[in-house]
Amino acid sequence: MLTAVIDSICRSEGARVLAGLIRRFGDFDLAEDALQDAFTKAMEVWPLQGLPAVPAAWLTTVAQRRALDLIRRRATGPVYSDEPPDIAAPEATESGGSEPHPADVSGVDDDRLRLVFTCCHPAILQPAQVALALRTLCGLSTREIARAFVEPEATTAQRLVRVRRKIRDAGIPYEVPSREQLPERLQAVLGVVYLVFNEGYAATETPGLVRPDLCAEAIRLARLLVELMPQQPEATGLLALLLLHDARRATRVGSDGMLVPLEEQDRSRWNRPAIAEGLALLDAALALRQRGPYQLQAAIAALHAQAGRAEDTDWAQITALYGGLLRERPSAVVELNAAAALAMAGDTERALAWIARIASSGELADYHLLHAAQADLLRRLGRLGPACDAYRAALALVRNEAERRYLQRRLGECGG
Amino acid sequence: MQYMILIYGDEKNFALMASDPEAQRKMYEAFAGYNTELRGAGVLRAGGELKPTHSATTVRVRDGKIVTVDGPFAETKEQLGGYYIIDVPHLDDAVKWAARCPAAHGGSIEVRPIGVTPDTH
Repeated sequence: MLTAVIDSICRSEGARVLAGLIRRFGDFDLAEDALQDAFTKAMEVWPLQGLPAVPAAWLTTVAQRRALDLIRRRATGPVYSDEPPDIAAPEATESGGSEPHPADVSGVDDDRLRLVFTCCHPAILQPAQVALALRTLCGLSTREIARAFVEPEATTAQRLVRVRRKIRDAGIPYEVPSREQLPERLQAVLGVVYLVFNEGYAATETPGLVRPDLCAEAIRLARLLVELMPQQPEATGLLALLLLHDARRATRVGSDGMLVPLEEQDRSRWNRPAIAEGLALLDAALALRQRGPYQLQAAIAALHAQAGRAEDTDWAQITALYGGLLRERPSAVVELNAAAALAMAGDTERALAWIARIASSGELADYHLLHAAQADLLRRLGRLGPACDAYRAALALVRNEAERRYLQRRLGECGG
Repeated sequence: MQYMILIYGDEKNFALMASDPEAQRKMYEAFAGYNTELRGAGVLRAGGELKPTHSATTVRVRDGKIVTVDGPFAETKEQLGGYYIIDVPHLDDAVKWAARCPAAHGGSIEVRPIGVTPDTH
């Protein structure tokens, strides 16, 4: 369908064009409105005149004209008479004819980078950062974003309105952060991309629920970051991590809608090309000799991916890597994962004691995976009574259907 | 763009300083230095220290009647103690200046953009 083709082109070119518009006009809102109008015009004109040779140039030209028109209409001061007249629709010759301003083309990468960092500015709440990134960088519609986060469309729409208003009213700059700020701001950006991936990864494959493939969008964003910042090892590390996780996604949920734990996944169905790419990227990142949390997590994922069978997994190495991760990014969740790895490496008792310490600190009291991990270790040690209690505690907190069924199954196996 | 820097802090800590001349001197020196930096950068438009909230009066007009109440508009954990108005290109610069304010260490600095009204250009 032509509509689908046009839609796809607009999506893939959108971020690039938007970034250039923002640079040109210094106004996020105006740029979005102008771009939206250009998309509408494309839908009207391209079916009649044919697809332009360079869609981005066409969209840029139309959007720029529209933006100037909007400025004129909004201005309370004198009309700027030296602006080019507004042309209702470009002629067919526009497709290759009207070249965009040289800076529009040469500055394209910088523009997209500016857009990425603007979306993830600390003055914006993280959920709004995610929504804005999905909208401006991935071109998702409000409806698609709302479905992804399982909230009413009106809520998402309001969120986007508020964040654009905040950017405009508070004067959030459209800039790549300075050298001193870059590492911290980059971590925020990577965090947003990781969040998007997790939303897609951990969500249930509920039949009948139509939703965009968030994992694919996150990977697309991660690729963009690597393209724009090839010398940033954490960006490459994140992409490696996402590819390695994504390679296993198909085997994560069984045909019965139940979660399949790592040790039971059918490794013959793991995506080997994705794993190969992930491993190569990890090597490239590590070669830059600047370790970081995403590279460490990717290294852990790599060890899983490289094990031909679950019993071949190098748990000792994984445990060591978790030690490194704890030094870089200490958190209760990382400690929990480290304890689980320690148990798999053979020291189940110490791992249990460690998890008990985390539990008594009260930090992850509402985290179902804490109780699930405890239950798992107790089950392995044959302490079925306490294991049942822990599975029940996890079941009281779990929200994901596939995980719930898995926990139910384990509870049954323990005689609960 | 113009931003108001609103300085919030716990007045109790401030009051404790009244009996500590050395701490007082240090604080005023820090602010003097900050003011000099703001002026030197050409971003300062206005500023002032507010007397503590016990000196405040809150005025409301309800049903045509003027209601005057002793004290600030609300009891809060941290109270407004001072302000600056600065003129900088964008939020990141305003945040940088807010972070350099000596009061940022113990208190909270709110950075609020000033809207454009017909009279203020």
